Amino acid sequence: MIGVRDLVVSYGTATALDHVTLTVEAGEMVALLGPNGAGKSTLANTLAGLLTPASGTVEIGGRLALIPEGRQLFPDMSVADNLALGGWRSGERDPSYAYDLLPRLAELSRRRAGVLSGGEQQMVAFGRALMSRPAVLVVDELSLGLAPNVTADLAGHLAGLNRERGLTVLLIEQNARLAFDLCRRAYVLESGRVVTEGECAELAGDPRVAGAYLGGAIT
Amino acid sequence: MSAFLTYLLNGLAVGCAIALIAGGLVVIHRVTGVVNFAQGTFAVVAGLCVSSLLGLGLPHGVSEVAAVLVAALAGLLTGLAAVGRRGTTPLSSLIVTLGVGVLAYAVEIVLWGDQPRSAPGLAGAVTLAGARIQTQHLLVIGVTAAVFALLALFFGRTYLGKALTACASNPYAARVVGIDTRLMGLLAFALGGLLGGIAGVLVTPLRPISFDTDVTLIVNAFAAAVFGALTRPVVTLAGALLLGVAETMAAGYGYGSHQLEVALGLMIVVMIVQAGRRPAISQEQT
Ligand SMILES: Nc1ncnc2c1ncn2[C@@H]1O[C@H](COP(=O)(O)OP(=O)(O)O)[C@@H](O)[C@H]1O
Ligand SMILES: [Mg+2]
Repeated sequence: MIGVRDLVVSYGTATALDHVTLTVEAGEMVALLGPNGAGKSTLANTLAGLLTPASGTVEIGGRLALIPEGRQLFPDMSVADNLALGGWRSGERDPSYAYDLLPRLAELSRRRAGVLSGGEQQMVAFGRALMSRPAVLVVDELSLGLAPNVTADLAGHLAGLNRERGLTVLLIEQNARLAFDLCRRAYVLESGRVVTEGECAELAGDPRVAGAYLGGAIT
Repeated sequence: MSAFLTYLLNGLAVGCAIALIAGGLVVIHRVTGVVNFAQGTFAVVAGLCVSSLLGLGLPHGVSEVAAVLVAALAGLLTGLAAVGRRGTTPLSSLIVTLGVGVLAYAVEIVLWGDQPRSAPGLAGAVTLAGARIQTQHLLVIGVTAAVFALLALFFGRTYLGKALTACASNPYAARVVGIDTRLMGLLAFALGGLLGGIAGVLVTPLRPISFDTDVTLIVNAFAAAVFGALTRPVVTLAGALLLGVAETMAAGYGYGSHQLEVALGLMIVVMIVQAGRRPAISQEQT
């Protein structure tokens, strides 16, 4: 589970997260929506322990893995080495652990990560996160820059892990349709604050949310 | 002809010592992004240590290993000063390493005085194809070959080596998977100290070392490391060997007073060429 209470995170004097409170129960898959600059990645990095909060509390039930925005692979290394390094925390160094969960990775194992397509890179980032055998997974922008069929494939794996293995997921997305398809609940973050939260079914009917995230804009 | 061969092998030995120091520069730069200007100091510290330890009557082997370990410790301490605090930029760290180098002068003069010191190495010489080669030169070449082979295995094959490379490749991603990049930086500095120390121990029997020898060493090593764009060990090794041979030839054929200019000139040419070729890459970090 993820429990965030009254979290404040700043970059110098600029406040990126302003008293954010958010919960993801164990085994739940929850979406976090919001425009660019809302503070989503800041939250992801804080959950991963890479940023120190100015105040507030963060509680994580079990090991957390992050699929960072922009994949962030080790470009000069092979896919297998990228995956092996994902096991730094768990001690799981054999990439076949990831191949079992994401079979497509086995075919890519010897390729250099930097030359792969965006979708393949996201798959590697996904596998690398799983190598740490996480209880909680934070995905920062799963679909960013990917073709719809590629996104659907990745989303299918994510939903499967959540359903079958009870993986707790916080899915950060700008594609609200995808988020609403995958998750039952969602939070909407704007300018560092949670402005709306609730069941996806209700949020989809909320004119403000629908206008900003489902309307004429690209989905 | 035999004079040429002698100069060539002597030059290779000199190049090997440069390569070891340059190797330390590359390891530290790859992992931390810092150019370590105290790198020559590690060799000086090890050279002065080995001369003292042998002078105290300690046997060969023990003295050399102890001196190399002292250099590794010096590397670790330099690392603590340069990258020990999270959030130090590579440029600030570089300035710190310059400061460490100057501080080391004071410590070295207090402990060893300002006169050059030597140490006995492997005695004797062998005759190869009509050229006389000092055994110590062959030792330098052999040890350097072994060290570079081990480095390649360490970085290419071991999990820890890959984690170190990961810090260089994408420091943010390294932290995402849980690698302590600060600790890895310290490890890189210790490894740099170790490499510098090996160079110092090997070189001291060939040319006496004093507190300020580090300037010659670092200029040569920096030239070689820049040749390998501060990241590529094999190119660095090639650059160092080329430099060593060029300088020894220059000295052998009567231009001995221009050794440092050869290194500086080469370095400037390489830097200009590389500045034109490589765009300044900046890694986005959180
Ligand atoms: N490393 C940083 N230094 C300073 N400000 C930053 C940094 N990273 C993000 N910000 C700022 O914090 C705010 C939130 O950014 P971010 O968390 O990346 O938003 P999102 O992921 O929702 O697009 C933005 O105003 C951004 O400019
Ligand atoms: Mg973001």
